[in-house]
Amino acid sequence: MAHTPETSRALHGVMAEFDTGNDLVEAARKTMAQGFTKVEAYTPVPIEELNDIIHKKRTVLPKLVLTGGLTGMATGFALQYWASVIEYPMNVGGRPFASWTTFIVPSYELTILFAALTAAIGMIVLSGLPQPYHPVFNVDRFSLASSDKFFLVIESTDPKFGDATAFLHGAGAKGVYDVAE
Amino acid sequence: MDPNIHKPMALQQTPVILPGHDFETVTETIAEIPLSKRFPLGWIGLLIVSLGLFGMLHMALGVLVMTGIGIFGTNQPVGWAFPIINFVWWIGIGHAGTLISAILLLFKQQWRMSISRFAEAMTIFAVACAAIFPVFHTGRPWLAAYWLFPYPNAMGLWPQFKSPLIWDVFAVSTYATVSIVFWYVGMIPDMGTLRDRATSKIKARIYGMFSLGWRGSARHWHRYEVASLILAGLSTPLVLSVHTVVSFDFAVSVIPGWHSTIFPPYFVAGAIYAGFAMVLTLAIPVRRFYGMESLITMRHIDNMAKITLATGLIVGYGYTMEAFFAWYSGNPNERFMMWNRMFGQYAWSYWTLIAINIVMVQFLWLKKVRQSTGLLFVMSLLIGVGMWLERFVIVVTSLANDFVPSSWAHYSPTRWDYMLYAGTFGLFLTAFLLFLRFVPMISIFEVKTLLPQGKIEAKH
Repeated sequence: MAHTPETSRALHGVMAEFDTGNDLVEAARKTMAQGFTKVEAYTPVPIEELNDIIHKKRTVLPKLVLTGGLTGMATGFALQYWASVIEYPMNVGGRPFASWTTFIVPSYELTILFAALTAAIGMIVLSGLPQPYHPVFNVDRFSLASSDKFFLVIESTDPKFGDATAFLHGAGAKGVYDVAE
Repeated sequence: MDPNIHKPMALQQTPVILPGHDFETVTETIAEIPLSKRFPLGWIGLLIVSLGLFGMLHMALGVLVMTGIGIFGTNQPVGWAFPIINFVWWIGIGHAGTLISAILLLFKQQWRMSISRFAEAMTIFAVACAAIFPVFHTGRPWLAAYWLFPYPNAMGLWPQFKSPLIWDVFAVSTYATVSIVFWYVGMIPDMGTLRDRATSKIKARIYGMFSLGWRGSARHWHRYEVASLILAGLSTPLVLSVHTVVSFDFAVSVIPGWHSTIFPPYFVAGAIYAGFAMVLTLAIPVRRFYGMESLITMRHIDNMAKITLATGLIVGYGYTMEAFFAWYSGNPNERFMMWNRMFGQYAWSYWTLIAINIVMVQFLWLKKVRQSTGLLFVMSLLIGVGMWLERFVIVVTSLANDFVPSSWAHYSPTRWDYMLYAGTFGLFLTAFLLFLRFVPMISIFEVKTLLPQGKIEAKH
C-alpha cells in the first residue's frame, strides 16, 4: 500500500511485483516513459532488454578485459625475456637467448589467465558485490525474485517518487510494497 | 506452435526439457537436493567407498614421499610411465566440461544448459586429480615449486622456458584457475536462489556468502551475461591449447612414435572423446538416482553419444595416420616402433584400444544404442579404459623399445602405481559426491531461460 505519514522508517523505495517477464518489461517501459529515473528491475533470469530500457548504458567490462589480457601477455613475455636474456642467459645449442617463438605459449596462457580473472572480478566489483545487506531483501516477497517472480523498484531518491506507488498500481503490478531502508 | 509439427516423424526430437516444467518446478526440483535434510543411503554408501579410495591415495602418497619414486615401476628406458599416463588421462577427461560450458555456449547449443554445471565440476575435479601426478612424481613435492613454477632455484637458475614441460605448467595451472572461476561465476545466481529458499538460518548464511549478495538486478544481469560470454570466449581457445601443449610434451621430443605433427589435434579430439564418455558415465546414474530425467533428457544423452562418436572417429583417423606416417616416413626406427606396437610385447594393449576406440564406437551410429542408457553406460566405461590404454601405448611402447636394442626393457607397474591411480578416483568421486549433495547440480537460472516463461516477446 501507499507509504503513509506514520511510516517511521526511511524508505529505500517502492517495489512492484509481476508474474511474467513480459509484464515487467512492459511496466519498465511505461515507468521510464513516465519520467522516473531511479529505477531498478529484479528478475530470476537474465532479460537483456531491461538494461537497455532502464539503464541504457552498456558495461565497460569488455574494455577492462582487453586491458587485463594485454597486461597478461606483456607480463608473460617480460618474465621469460627477463629470465632468459637478462637474469640468467643460458646457451642451449647456440640458439638465441631471446627466441621469442618459444615464449608464445606461456604469454598466451597468461593473456587468458589475466583476462579471465579481470572478467570475473570486474563483473563482481562493478556490481558492488560482495554486498551483505541491501534494502530490497527487507520485503518478504522478494525471496521469490530468485525463483519465479519479477520485481520493479522505484527508489526514494527519484524526484517524482511521490507518484510512484499510484503509478505502479496503474502499471499492472500484482502487488506494491514499501521497501524499508 | 510446436516446432516439430512440420517435420517428418524421423526428425522429431525429444525436447531439451520435458513438458510440464515452469520456473517454480525447475527451482524446486534442483534446489531441493542441496537444501534437503536427508542424506540418501546410496549416497552415504558411495561416499564411504570413495573415502576409502581417497584414504588409499593418502597412503600411497605418504609412502611415496617417505620412500621416493623408487616404489614406482618406472625404470630405464621407461622413464615416463604411470604418472604421465594418468596425468594426460585425467586432464583429457576435463576437456568435455569446458567444451560443454564454453564452446557449446558460443554455438548457442541450448541443450548444454542442463549438463554444463556438473560437467564443469567434473572438469575441476579431474584437473585436481591430474595435478597430483606432476607434483608428486618429483618425489619431493615441496621442491616442485622450484622445478615447475617460474622461480629461480638456489643457484639462480630458472626453469627452461624453451621446454614444453614448463609450457604445460602454465597451460594446466591457467586451465585449472579459469575453470574454477568460470564454474563459480556460473553458480552465483543459483547460490542466491538457495539463500532465498533455505529454511535454516545457517544454510541461508552460507549460501548467502557464496552468492555475494546477488540480487538479480537488471544491471547485475547485464554485466553477468557479458562476463559469461567473455569467459566462454576465453575458455574456448584455452581448452584447445591445454591438450595441444600436453601433446607438445611428446611431439617436441625425438622419440619414435612421439615426434609427430598430428599430435595436437589428435590429442584434443581424444580428450573430448574421453571426457564426453565420462560425462555419460556420470550423467546416466545421476539422472536416474535423483529423478532428473525431465531435465537431463534422452536428447542430452543422444547428443552426447553423437559427440562421442564424432570425436571417436577423429581419434580413429589419428591412429590410422600415425601408422601411415610411420610407414611413409621410411625411417627404420619409426617403422619398427609401429610394428612393435602392433606385434611386440605390448600388442595386447594396442589391439584392445583399437577394438574399443575404432570398432566399438561404430555402434553409436545406431539410434537404438544411443537410446539405451545401459549400453551407453557400459560403452562409456570401456571408452575410459580405451583412452587410458591409448596413453599407455604412446608412452610405454615408444620408450620400452627405442633406438638401441641393448637398452630395451620391459615395464610393469608396481602396486603403488595402481594404488595411486585408484586413489585419485577416491578424490574424484568424493569431491563429486559432495558437489551433488551441496551445490545445485544443474544451473537453475539457465534452465529457466529455456522455458516459455523466460522468453520475452519482441516489441516494436
